[in-house]
Amino acid sequence: MKKNDWFLAAGIVIAAAVILLLQIFGSVQNGLTVTVSVDGSLYGTYSLSEDRQVEINDTNRIVIENGSVVMEWADCPDQLCVNHRSISRDGESIICLPNRVVVSIEGTDGKNEENSLDGIAG
Amino acid sequence: MKHRAAYFGVFTALALIFSYVETLIPVNFGIPGVKLGLANLMIVIVLYKTNWREALLLSVVRIVLSGFIFGSLFAILYSLAGGLLSLAVMAFLSRRDWFSVIGVSIAGGVSHNIGQLVVAMIAVQTYRVGYYLPVLLIAGLLTGALIGVISGQVLIRIRHIRFE
Repeated sequence: MKKNDWFLAAGIVIAAAVILLLQIFGSVQNGLTVTVSVDGSLYGTYSLSEDRQVEINDTNRIVIENGSVVMEWADCPDQLCVNHRSISRDGESIICLPNRVVVSIEGTDGKNEENSLDGIAG
Repeated sequence: MKHRAAYFGVFTALALIFSYVETLIPVNFGIPGVKLGLANLMIVIVLYKTNWREALLLSVVRIVLSGFIFGSLFAILYSLAGGLLSLAVMAFLSRRDWFSVIGVSIAGGVSHNIGQLVVAMIAVQTYRVGYYLPVLLIAGLLTGALIGVISGQVLIRIRHIRFE
């Protein structure tokens, strides 16, 4: 193993840590909403603090409970979204690629949206 | 290469077996797309023992075949994006003297995940998937390093074998 290999590995770890920190500190925890979009267009927004179930086009079902969201059921073959851990923080998302369903948590104000995008770009 | 077809058949068979073995290992980190990438072992070895054209052909054939056998059309699309970017990066780096096999494989693993992430961003038309970037970087680093260490050991042991 060459010295350069270690530099490469260290660089990647640092890059990941910086992006993660930007994501954590660029996020807000209160007044979050759950946004569901299908095929790139908005399907609906729901409050994270209100417990409920949402059916998405007969292909997916999410459950909002105790301030977190899980994909309870999906008809896709890989079931990656169903196995995904629950999400509760700003910017987190569960994505069902086969059905093109994106469930994400966002701040209620537009300013927050920009912040998280900056976090990703950084 | 006199026995090109025969060797290529063996490489493809090995890559497919690795793809199959991978489906037997239950890995679920709660994050989609994190896999060991065992089949990449063959890509790295072929890249070092022959040339990038063979590795490219093997990569595409492997992804299409294993996609139809174990995955779906979607899986093929995402794997191709990751596989081609990863191969391009590894082919470029392996011709230079900057990194050992391990470094090249790490770069390949990380770029594989970035390629898939970009396709996922285009497919679902959201930057939200960028949230996975840190996890995917680390995952690519670890799996790439593992594949690099194994390929390095295999390459040492088959250094006298020439695929001609």
